[in-house]
Amino acid sequence: MNALALILRREIRLSMRQAGDSAIIVLFFVLAAILFPFGVGPEPNMLARMAPGVVWVTALLAAMLSFERLFAPDYEDGSLEQLALGPAPLETVALAKAAAHWLTTGFPLMIAAPLIALLYRLPDAGYNTLLITMALGTPTISLIGTVGAALTLGARRGGVLLSLLVIPLIIPILIFGTAAIDAAIGGYPFRQHLLLLGGFFLGALVLTPIATAAALRQALE
Amino acid sequence: MIQKYANPARFNRLAATLLPWFAWPAAILIFAGLYFALFNSPPDYQQGESVRIMYVHVPSAWMALFVYTCMAISCAVGLIWKHPLAHIAAQAAAPIGACFTFVCLMTGSLWGKPIWGTWWVWDARLTSVLILFFLYLGFLALQNAFDDPARGERSAAILALVGLINVPIIHYSVVWWNTLHQPASVIKMAGPAIHSSMLLPLFLMAIGFKLYFLTLLLLRMKALMMARRARGMSMAQLHHQAAE
Repeated sequence: MNALALILRREIRLSMRQAGDSAIIVLFFVLAAILFPFGVGPEPNMLARMAPGVVWVTALLAAMLSFERLFAPDYEDGSLEQLALGPAPLETVALAKAAAHWLTTGFPLMIAAPLIALLYRLPDAGYNTLLITMALGTPTISLIGTVGAALTLGARRGGVLLSLLVIPLIIPILIFGTAAIDAAIGGYPFRQHLLLLGGFFLGALVLTPIATAAALRQALE
Repeated sequence: MIQKYANPARFNRLAATLLPWFAWPAAILIFAGLYFALFNSPPDYQQGESVRIMYVHVPSAWMALFVYTCMAISCAVGLIWKHPLAHIAAQAAAPIGACFTFVCLMTGSLWGKPIWGTWWVWDARLTSVLILFFLYLGFLALQNAFDDPARGERSAAILALVGLINVPIIHYSVVWWNTLHQPASVIKMAGPAIHSSMLLPLFLMAIGFKLYFLTLLLLRMKALMMARRARGMSMAQLHHQAAE
């Protein structure tokens, strides 16, 4: 537990020194989202109908961009080997990395999401659900993304490959995230979608650190 | 038993003995299945003649899931026991599985146009099979992404195991979500819901496809082992030249 907190603190301190990195991801999120009205036209009803999907899809794409550098700097300068040699199991390292990724990327995306929803005139009933689905879904994306980042460590064209590996695995989160918001706007019960999102999160919390650690071991062998 | 066939020469001998036993029955069953499917089975009372697409579509859908499961199991064997042939088997199976998945998607789309009136619907089963196809492609891409082939096969093996979560989702998607795709009608507790004249070609094709997969798998494994040996020999030659 101590190791987890130490690694987490290190990661956050490193990303605070380069605060621009997180800001660029959020900027990409907003930019990608404002492209849609140019493409499909500014008709308000259509935009409101599209809002949950656009917010979720662009958040996923923005998160994809951030995974490539998750382990790469540590791998290149050898600190990943130091972490592997240290007393903490690699599973802890993986969990700490995912937590740090969420705090520096997932959380800012979650904060920016209502802003985009506002631009798209999401109906008022959807905002709470949007925030809850983002709060439940973005940590899962961070966890699954760390697996992808660890698997593609040192690969050629790692970034594109990472998207190819991770996107199929996070489609269920997109489905239930947007389904919950749509249900909330339409006045239908949405609890089951949130429960499923919570279930995905708990499952990923338990399983992904094991897969990430296994992948890191292959990379360091 | 498993460890005994870790020896490539012994495996090659076994493969040579088994191949004709897989290849000939596969050819006979597929031809017999096609004959029954195309000429000797009734058209469906709703779907007409296009029901015949099903005799290719359903077996390839079964194969898509079956090959993925086989691949994931052999990846697990490779990671846990470091069995030398397990990764080769997974590597050999992946393109075959990807092709079966592609055939399944293609035939489904061809069937959907006259029956549902559209090439594609975003229905749970169709979408999850599409995801399966991308998992196969991701596996193949990850395997070839590293300069060290051993690294690629181990990373791809971990990915295959992570993607295994999708297999039960595909299988039960038609049960969990009430969608356009029809529910399972062959394997049911109360017995199949299809007439035996349609079941016969379906089973001939299904068993034929399985044997065809085994034939291809053995051939591809042999080819991959030879390629690996050729690579090793040329590396040794280069080392030799460098030493001189």
